[in-house]
Amino acid sequence: MNPFPAPLWSIGPFVVTDSVLVTFVLSILIVVIGVLALRSPRAHTALEMGYEALERTIVSTTSADVRALVPLILTLWIFLGFANLVSLVPGVASPTRDLSLAAALALISFFAGHIHATRVHGLAYLHHYLEPSPFLLPFNIIGEIGRTIALALRLFGNMLSGHLVIAIVLYLAGLLVPLPMMVLGVLTGLVQAYIFGVLTLVFAASSLREAERRMHQEAT
Amino acid sequence: MTAQDWISIVSIVTAGITVAGGSFGAALGEGRALAQGLDALARQPDAASTITRTLFVGLAMVESSAIYPLVVGLILLFANPFVR
Repeated sequence: MNPFPAPLWSIGPFVVTDSVLVTFVLSILIVVIGVLALRSPRAHTALEMGYEALERTIVSTTSADVRALVPLILTLWIFLGFANLVSLVPGVASPTRDLSLAAALALISFFAGHIHATRVHGLAYLHHYLEPSPFLLPFNIIGEIGRTIALALRLFGNMLSGHLVIAIVLYLAGLLVPLPMMVLGVLTGLVQAYIFGVLTLVFAASSLREAERRMHQEAT
Repeated sequence: MTAQDWISIVSIVTAGITVAGGSFGAALGEGRALAQGLDALARQPDAASTITRTLFVGLAMVESSAIYPLVVGLILLFANPFVR
C-alpha cells in the first residue's frame, strides 16, 4: 500500500493511477449495493428511512432552501465514506489521498453551489459579491476560490497524512503496531466525509441566504 | 558539501519547522474552540445537535490552517522543485 498514488498504466497522455481504478470500482460497487438492496423489501424500507432521516438533518441545518442539493450531499457522504474507509482493505489505499480526486470533488461542490444559487435566484445572487462595499469584490472572489482550494486540501491532507503515518509506523515497528493509527484513520475518514458534505451545504447556503436577505430588504 | 546537499539540508529542517509551527497554532486554536464548545454544551444540552454540528464545521475550518503547513512540508520533502 503506497501512501502516494502509483501510476498503473497510461492511455495516451492520461496516466491511470491506482486511485482512478479504486474510484471506478467503488462507484460500481456502491451502485450494485444500492440496486441489490432495492430488491429486498426490508432493505428498501430501511434505506428509505435512512434517506428521510438524513434529508431532515440536511434541511434543518440551514434556513435557506437547499432541498435540491440533498442528493448531491448524500452522494458525497456515501462516496467519501466508502472511499475513506476502503484503505482498511489490505492492499488498497484510499483514492481520496490523491489531490486530483479531492480537487475534482471540490470543483463539483463549487459549481454545484453556484448553479443552485443561480437556479433559485437568477443572476441577481451575484450581487452579494459587492457586499458590504463594491471595493471588496476582489477579496470576496479570493475568499470564494480560497475556500474551494481549502476544501480540496483539507480532504487530501488529512487522508494523505493518515496514510503516511501508518506507512512510517509500519516501516519502523512492523505488523499490528499501526492498528491504533488505523482506528484513528476510521474516525478521521468518517469525520472528513461528513465535513466535506456539510461544508458544501454551508457554502451553498451562505450565498443563498445573502440573496434571500437582500430580497427581503428590498420588499420591505 | 555541494549546493544540492545544502538545499536538501535546508529543506528537511524547514519542513520540520513548518509542520511543528503550523500544528502548534492549530492545536491551540482547536483546543480553545473545543473547550468553549464543551462549555456551551454543558450550559445548553438542548442545543446539543446545533452546537456539535457548528463545532465540527468550525474545527474543520481551523484544521485547514494546520493542513497548509503539512502540504508545504510534504512538497519540501517529497516533491521539492529545487532538488534535481
